[in-house]
Amino acid sequence: MELCERTIHELLDMLDAGETTSTEITQSVFRRIDAVEGRIHSYITVLRESALESAAERDREIRQGVRKPLGGIPIALKDILCTKGIRTTCGSRILENFIPPYDATVVTKLQDAGAVFVGKTNMDEFAMGSSTETSYFGVTRNPWDLERTPGGSSGGSATAVAAGQCIASIGSDTGGSIRQPASLCGVVGMKPTYGRVSRFGLIAFASSLDQIGPFTRDVADCALMMNVIAGHDRRESTSVPREVPDYREFIGKDVRGWTVGIPKEYFIEGIDPETSSAVGEVIRTLEDLGMKTKEVSLPHTDYCVAVYYIIAPAEASSNLARYDGVRYGYRSGEGRDLLDMYKKTRSAGFGAEVKRRIMIGTYALSSGYYDAYYKKASQVRALLKRDFDEAFRECDVLLTPTTPTPAFRLGEKMDDPLQMYLSDIFTLSVNLAGIPGISIPCGFTGSGLPIGAQFLAGHFDEGKILQVASAYEKHANLEKRRPAL
Amino acid sequence: MKITKDQVEYVAHLARLEFDESEKEKFTSQLNDILMYMDILNRLDTAGVEPMSHATQLANAFREDRVLPSIGVEEAMKNAPDEARESFRVPKVIE
Repeated sequence: MELCERTIHELLDMLDAGETTSTEITQSVFRRIDAVEGRIHSYITVLRESALESAAERDREIRQGVRKPLGGIPIALKDILCTKGIRTTCGSRILENFIPPYDATVVTKLQDAGAVFVGKTNMDEFAMGSSTETSYFGVTRNPWDLERTPGGSSGGSATAVAAGQCIASIGSDTGGSIRQPASLCGVVGMKPTYGRVSRFGLIAFASSLDQIGPFTRDVADCALMMNVIAGHDRRESTSVPREVPDYREFIGKDVRGWTVGIPKEYFIEGIDPETSSAVGEVIRTLEDLGMKTKEVSLPHTDYCVAVYYIIAPAEASSNLARYDGVRYGYRSGEGRDLLDMYKKTRSAGFGAEVKRRIMIGTYALSSGYYDAYYKKASQVRALLKRDFDEAFRECDVLLTPTTPTPAFRLGEKMDDPLQMYLSDIFTLSVNLAGIPGISIPCGFTGSGLPIGAQFLAGHFDEGKILQVASAYEKHANLEKRRPAL
Repeated sequence: MKITKDQVEYVAHLARLEFDESEKEKFTSQLNDILMYMDILNRLDTAGVEPMSHATQLANAFREDRVLPSIGVEEAMKNAPDEARESFRVPKVIE
């Protein structure tokens, strides 16, 4: 096995034992990037030189006996996280040449933990999309089938982990943008509780829904990444001042006697039969582990797409008002006066999906429509959250498919925004309620596409999710397949 | 019809966007489909339900009013499309 295909915990052990170096691991990652990037396109920016310098520095530290939680591990960052002195585009023309003057808090934390940054990954423009096809910088392809989407919006972060172009990565999840691509690419992806990870330096899409989280190759690595990125930040007023447990402690612990809830609304007509049967197998594995299963109801599930596609665009229309061609980013030179300059800048700088969402959001917030759309959606959001609160009174965790189907074909949903929105049907409610969720691999379709299962828990119960996911992962002992590239 | 082409033009102006005729047609039709779908929410009686704006229970997050280092004018101006004397230069605002 190549170094670039290993997990963080394996590599940390090897580094600790002096069996390899950060430089060797980083070189292995770049050899893989050279071999496959032309076909997959995980990255918007590759940081070869600075990564190798950083790896050499980590090696010096390791030789001096310094041990850091991610010391010497090559990590990729979604291009939505501000990196000081390194171009950060958010997948958009409007930020094509934006060089942030500061680091996101998560970037600082990873750096302090000894991570080596490999590059900035491709994404849907402003994280608006479910297929990484709305990026200004071109599409990303699924390593398991190059004609299919990796999912989105954090598509590049998912493919980079799946294809060995980094060891782990960071994404962001506003309606499923970590969990859905993790599912479609056969890797682990977690969206933490809203407020668990600081959003400072995360380019805002929908501020009440956005959350940063990791992509990894197994659940233990997810715990290692969470240990580094979680925690309160004085610069981010919605980050919650609450102690962060050592998430490693939940790995490998018994789940006997736990109750897993199966929301009946998530096993609907239209769900792919192979996905349904794979998740059925997960239920049997959990029962083998001594867990009780219980059918539960989340009665407002049918409304989540409508609620989400009012609230997220409303918040986005406000957040994206800042891109006006004045202080940073692209400016059109054609404006006759200030107002005309704003319009020409924004119309040329944003792509079609971003404009569509700004339009929906502006309409939903406009005078005369606010009550019918935004207020109504915010009320139904409260009902959706109440559904989860009820379910977690009876269950430790919930289990659902992550997505209704495996990876769809590139281009398939691009002309039908509503169909694209419906592909997120199992992940959206989680952001609306603010609870944590993980997607983990649970098998393959007959044609070799990965299938993902989603575990959910109550606010700040990431530990429970990691505990059940790691117990499942160990007991299921799924065949270790790698994409043939 | 949920939204007409005139309304699309009005909302575009509010959002500081502009579209050509074919884009306007396409957006009008797509926004109609999307807004029709949103009608599903009207099946629910939400009278008396407190709207939820945030997932956390935090009220105001206060901290001490202490001056800490910040990025400074030079760094802040570096990404400006058009800068003059520590200011952002823009096209004329009034005639």
